[in-house]
Amino acid sequence: MTETSAHQEDMSWQRETSLLGVWVFLLTEVLFFGGLFTGYAVYRSGYPDIFSEASRHLNVLLGTVNTAVLLTSSLTMAFAVASAQEGKRRPLLIYLFLTIALGLVFLGIKSTEYHHKFVEKLIPGAHFSYSGLSTREVQLFFSFYFVMTGLHALHMIAGIGVLAVLAFLVWRKKLDPSRNALVEGTGLYWHFVDVVWIFLFPLFYLIGLRA
Amino acid sequence: MTAAVEPKDNYLTAGFSLKSWLTTTDHKRIGVLYLLSITFFFLVGGLAAVLFRLELLTPPGDLVSADSYNKLFTLHGIVMVFLFLIPSVPAAFGNFLVPLMIGAKDLAFPKLNLASWYVFVLGGLFALWALLTGGVDTGWTFYTPYSSTYSNTYVSLMAIGIFIAGFSSIFTGLNFIVTIHKMRAPGLTWFRLPLFIWAHYATSLIIVLGTPVLAVAILLVGVERLFGIGIFNPAIGGDPLLFQHLFWFYSHPAVYIMILPSMGVVSEIVACFSRKRIFGYKFVAIASLAIAVYGFLVWGHHMFVSSQSVYAGLIFSFLSFFVAVPSAVKVFNWTATLYKGSIAFDTPMLYAFGFIGLFTIGGLTGLFLATLGLDVHVHDTYFVIAHFHYIMVGGAIMGYLGALHFWWPKMTGRMYTEGWSKFSALIIFIGFNLTFFPQFILGYLGMPRRYHAYSPEFQVYNVLSTAGASILGAGYVIPIIYLLWSLFRGKPAGPNPWGAKGLEWEKTSSPPPVHNFAEIPTVTEEAYNYSGTNEQG
Repeated sequence: MTETSAHQEDMSWQRETSLLGVWVFLLTEVLFFGGLFTGYAVYRSGYPDIFSEASRHLNVLLGTVNTAVLLTSSLTMAFAVASAQEGKRRPLLIYLFLTIALGLVFLGIKSTEYHHKFVEKLIPGAHFSYSGLSTREVQLFFSFYFVMTGLHALHMIAGIGVLAVLAFLVWRKKLDPSRNALVEGTGLYWHFVDVVWIFLFPLFYLIGLRA
Repeated sequence: MTAAVEPKDNYLTAGFSLKSWLTTTDHKRIGVLYLLSITFFFLVGGLAAVLFRLELLTPPGDLVSADSYNKLFTLHGIVMVFLFLIPSVPAAFGNFLVPLMIGAKDLAFPKLNLASWYVFVLGGLFALWALLTGGVDTGWTFYTPYSSTYSNTYVSLMAIGIFIAGFSSIFTGLNFIVTIHKMRAPGLTWFRLPLFIWAHYATSLIIVLGTPVLAVAILLVGVERLFGIGIFNPAIGGDPLLFQHLFWFYSHPAVYIMILPSMGVVSEIVACFSRKRIFGYKFVAIASLAIAVYGFLVWGHHMFVSSQSVYAGLIFSFLSFFVAVPSAVKVFNWTATLYKGSIAFDTPMLYAFGFIGLFTIGGLTGLFLATLGLDVHVHDTYFVIAHFHYIMVGGAIMGYLGALHFWWPKMTGRMYTEGWSKFSALIIFIGFNLTFFPQFILGYLGMPRRYHAYSPEFQVYNVLSTAGASILGAGYVIPIIYLLWSLFRGKPAGPNPWGAKGLEWEKTSSPPPVHNFAEIPTVTEEAYNYSGTNEQG
């Protein structure tokens, strides 16, 4: 290493440092969801048929639409990152706005689904009621469904909050997005949340399709 | 060495108001804030220990009720593990020293660092709230279904506290990893890093990989208690054992979060006070990483008698023996470093000696417990208690006190009284062994842990243990007194009172200035170059 202390000040160094921080943070997120996926795997291998049966109570159409919405939001996020790197303010604002809007659409659809489950009394706990064969383990399936999609939704809400702050700062010209890695780091986080959904979708919605 | 005068402008004189401390992003001040907070929690946890040691003085449960006893040992466990041991060396000394040792101005994310302290305090306050409103009686392990279904105590509140405190540890770990990767001074290659840095790097990896899993396990207990969504609930086909798997996936590696930083401290002290480079430097460095990796593969040894399959038990037993290898590499290499060294018996070195001896006993008895057949006999007895206190108190806290005495002159610019400090190191060693060695015997004879009453034949060992605890307690109070005294009356330490190697000693004053170094140092030699040779390394 031949650089002087000045290297700690320069831009690409700052960018790399921030992004490394984001990657390490995402590592903790992988382990966080990993614990839940492990639990899911344990129970699904224990009760494979019941999980498939319970899965049929989810609305595959809404789930598919939501997957498409979320994947599209990752696309707009990627465009936002590209605009930020090129220092194009207007496109950046538009893409941030689109990403936020798509995120809100996702949450809207998700909450209708939750509402359906509430009406059908499929929310675990005291009011759970299910007329099929195996009430016990079906409740387990829905416990995982609500905890995992719920935590995913909380991550979405946090992401939308960060995007909104970024958009506000860019709009008021308090932030020059080409000079730091804020948009890029947020983008990594957004894609991560998207990837989590890519796993959640088949594990909850699609496992019942086969039979 | 220049005459010992205190520099006028240093991080302590940069501001005296409370606000200047509470809004600081200086890693050194945050280290001091952590030092004060964890000392407070150490005293809280210690007080609980005083009470139940008094209860155990006599066989019948006569001082506190069984319920209170359950709450006392839970309080002791939770506070000591989550609010003292886990943050201890990394958050107090790691924060202070990591940037100084690698020649940086601060950590990579100073604001995140301050946030971590606030998050820690918030989590700690939740835990205290749970304790003051009535306590928790699940033990620090929160086993389901007791914690999720049956306990009527303030488990949810405590769970929230631990969940929050976990974030502070993640923030610290994340900060260290990025800082060590990106902020090393010119010339400071990975294999020139002090072993303290290697240990903290390994610790940070464990923190980052393990803490989220504990968070999710605790979250699921909370969700079950608050919303009735029972993933561990056997009544709906759930498996309480899954909680133990998730819990120990973090909490076994957490033992290494507690011990690895202290191992780093011991490496620094042993090198300094035997005036030699650490024998087999690279092996000691890599051993830290090996411990971090193997540490994640052994959690099942807590569950040998919890209906885990025999084959899983066999594998976990085998892997647990494996962890002993890198630990032993360290112990042997420290010992080999002493060979033909010019050894000085200053106070930090006494603690390092204490660490090496007691950690060895703790580690070897860990192998007894990793042996399937023997574990069936001593599982959930005082043998286990004695074993892990040899690691956590005999190991981790000895390292913590060693660090406190080694870097106190750097942090405060003052020297403490030599006689008192050596005296207290000695009585801590005596008090510790008198407290915990009888517990090995008690456990072997079959006294179970977590009972407030016991059969009369166990009394003599319990009396010894309680007597030892009172000596140990005195040993912990004396340093508080002479260290505080040193702040006002201690002799100025000068930049390098021990004649130690390392950027924090050789390139900056005691206490260091706000930005650590007048100019960012360039490193041209290996770590611990006490012989003065090998300039180009």
